[in-house]
Amino acid sequence: MVAQNIAFGIIAAIMVVGALRVVTVNNVVHAALWLVLVLAGAAAQYILLTAEFVAVTQVLVYIGAVMVLFLFGTMLTRAQLGKEKLLNNPTWYLGIPASLLLLGVMIMALTSSFGDEKLPTDSELVSTQAISDQIFGPYLLPFWALSFVLLVAVIGAIVLARKD
Amino acid sequence: MLVNQFLILAAVLFCIGVYGVIARRNAVMVLMSIELILNSVNINFLAFALRNGSIDGHVFALYIIAVAAAEVGVGLALVLLVYRNRKSIALDELSEMKG
Repeated sequence: MVAQNIAFGIIAAIMVVGALRVVTVNNVVHAALWLVLVLAGAAAQYILLTAEFVAVTQVLVYIGAVMVLFLFGTMLTRAQLGKEKLLNNPTWYLGIPASLLLLGVMIMALTSSFGDEKLPTDSELVSTQAISDQIFGPYLLPFWALSFVLLVAVIGAIVLARKD
Repeated sequence: MLVNQFLILAAVLFCIGVYGVIARRNAVMVLMSIELILNSVNINFLAFALRNGSIDGHVFALYIIAVAAAEVGVGLALVLLVYRNRKSIALDELSEMKG
């Protein structure tokens, strides 16, 4: 259990630093690469939470596909790569009190409702079979709806981005 | 491991994402901040799935990953379209619909 806590601490620190760099760095490509660090850390946390299938899906979809989309989007919307001024709004400092207030309220609510409650330590890894039984059983209708969402998103992206 | 350590990590990531959405001017950077927010939600779902010994949280996390992929695809297509028409993706310049 101690090893898991140490692993959690290291990965959490890396994720928080990476997330702060994503929202503060002045270079879109560097921000995308810091975001890769955060997403990989999230996959590691999923493994700590005994969710190996979700962790592998996270690596495949986010680090594999979404990040390539982001880099393509960056490439196609800017003339040259490099530092860019005016990446922030003129009133960017208003975000600091807003997010700190939100964080304070959430931490107060979490500590008062969960306190020192521990996660069960004897749980096994959730098998992919159990997840697929759940998806293709009680959650079949949302799965179909999600297929349509993905289809519509693909068609919509093509229609929006093609040149006429 | 405590439940709260995962929930507070997710809360911190969520607030950093909210700060990014408020502070950033570049549309691609706002989409990246939204990815941070969606990931913190996924950590919450999986922490509660482990706490309650249920699989439903895993299914919802997978659905969120799929919806996030669709959202990024459509979002970046919109950003490309705005860039093609205006040669800029600064969000505060898109003010034609202001009353």
